[in-house]
Amino acid sequence: MTSGDVKQLVWGAILLALAACVPLVANGYWMSIALTIAMFTVLSTSWALFSGPTHYISLATAAFFGVGGFLVGTGMSDYNTDYWTMVVIASLAGTVLAFLVGLATLRLSGVYFVIFTLGLAEMIRTLVSWIQNNFTGSRGLYVLTDLGEADIYIHLVLVAALVYLAGWWIARSRLGFAMRIIGNDEMVARHVGINTAFSKVILFTFSGFVASLVGALIAPRYTYIEPNGVFSPELSFIVVIMALLGGTGRLWGPIVGVIPFALLQEYINANYSNYSTLVLGIAFLVIVYFLPHGVLGRLEETWAKRRRSTW
Amino acid sequence: MDIIITGLLLGGTYALIAFGLNLQYGVARIMNLANGEMIVLGALAAFWIFVADAISPILTMLIVAPLSFFGNWLIYRFLLRPLVRRAKNQGQLEVDSILATFGMAFALVGIMVSIHGEYYTYSYLAEPFEILGETFALNRIVAFCFAVLIGAALWLWLYFTRTGMAVRAVSVSTEASGLVGINVPQLSAIAFGLGGAVTTMGGTLISTFITLDASVGVVFTMKALIIIIMGGVGDIRGAIVAALILGLVETAVARLIDPGLTLAAAYAIFVLILLFRPQGLFGRKPS
Repeated sequence: MTSGDVKQLVWGAILLALAACVPLVANGYWMSIALTIAMFTVLSTSWALFSGPTHYISLATAAFFGVGGFLVGTGMSDYNTDYWTMVVIASLAGTVLAFLVGLATLRLSGVYFVIFTLGLAEMIRTLVSWIQNNFTGSRGLYVLTDLGEADIYIHLVLVAALVYLAGWWIARSRLGFAMRIIGNDEMVARHVGINTAFSKVILFTFSGFVASLVGALIAPRYTYIEPNGVFSPELSFIVVIMALLGGTGRLWGPIVGVIPFALLQEYINANYSNYSTLVLGIAFLVIVYFLPHGVLGRLEETWAKRRRSTW
Repeated sequence: MDIIITGLLLGGTYALIAFGLNLQYGVARIMNLANGEMIVLGALAAFWIFVADAISPILTMLIVAPLSFFGNWLIYRFLLRPLVRRAKNQGQLEVDSILATFGMAFALVGIMVSIHGEYYTYSYLAEPFEILGETFALNRIVAFCFAVLIGAALWLWLYFTRTGMAVRAVSVSTEASGLVGINVPQLSAIAFGLGGAVTTMGGTLISTFITLDASVGVVFTMKALIIIIMGGVGDIRGAIVAALILGLVETAVARLIDPGLTLAAAYAIFVLILLFRPQGLFGRKPS
């Protein structure tokens, strides 16, 4: 570990500790926005851990998130299980699912992978609704806990710490090195003896685990869990937009996109809720045509240019 | 029997839609994820014109087709062509075009929601018609016939005209067809426009017997992709068979188990194909 590495850790810890202090100053409205931001920060950062280096656009976030939220709901309403037990079970189930999906799909690339992951959430959603309609009878599930938004927020900050630590470690490990080579040229990676499938499955599973954990932790916020809500494909797209908007080149890139986009969405939903889909579309187009490497990538380019011109 | 015929009728329209996407992906090499929204646009146009002026959806296709051709041509020329030029490799182009066409899809959904946010309900030729002693809705049969007609016309164009031959050449190899003097960018734009026009006409046909709304486009994109992957990219014969299979399976699942599970069934087929025959039903294994 070099001194630079340690410095990054210290800075990260300080910033996270500051983030954990938000509930002390924020009132109800801002607390709720901070919670949304925390949720998307965790989701898009863990998304970028896998999709950033590999350029595989995964739309499976909603599937894992939904599994997490839904299992917590079922466990608590239908089986009277304790909340924390269900959180553990839900995140384990999400991890197993992600591992299986990873094994099945990572030989695919490009469009096949995108559609596969997009369809996954849709399929689980229709299956779950079908099972509920025909066998269990109840469509809505209640998650009643005495956790407030501030408690959930603290949980999410802790998960964020875990994700950032994992990302920091991966970037310095053989695994991260392997991922960068895979991202540059998968053929080369295979020829120098990297087990590409293994590396990809590990990271995909990790991001699936995080998404299902977030789904489980955020469930008490909604109180009432419904399959059409937790498996909403829109969530996957928002996560992709936020991560790409910020830039996936660096570990802290996604949060640069999360904060402004979450605020924008909050504003649009409050004032022009009919246009939220249109905004998503425009965001995608802006990213592709104007910010192909995210806001961070654009800034880094400008800095690099300025440095060269002052030489 | 009832299930088989209904399934085949549905499959016919699916085949037409997949034909459109195949033209776009096979020739212009852009996977158009806004494909489903083109279908919904066709349906919206049919609904709109039918409700306002009681003009038959079949005639609407005559208006919709050239508009959609031109619109898709513009999309290719001004939005997608720059991506093709900027891409350093096939992988980057793929990622860019996925994101760009998703963006277009969302933008189109947003626009369509603001035009008409409800279901596109209208009733056209909802009359009984008898085949082999069982009754079917006339609109499904008419839609099937027109899908076959359009598909046949397209096939004739592809196989018996000079431009059609050039289009097929580009789909075999972009570089080689450039070398023999084919204007690849121009032809790609034409194929993309034509594919879009065919898809939109498919949407108009579908809307005569299925009620759509602004947000279902992505479901149809998935179905068209499933058909193309099942049939093998660029393989028209395979796509037709795949579309008929999808139509049959969906109808069977809807009738025998639960209408809510059709999408799950389509997806299950997709997974099986990807795992066991990723090269498509009739494709050969890449060596």
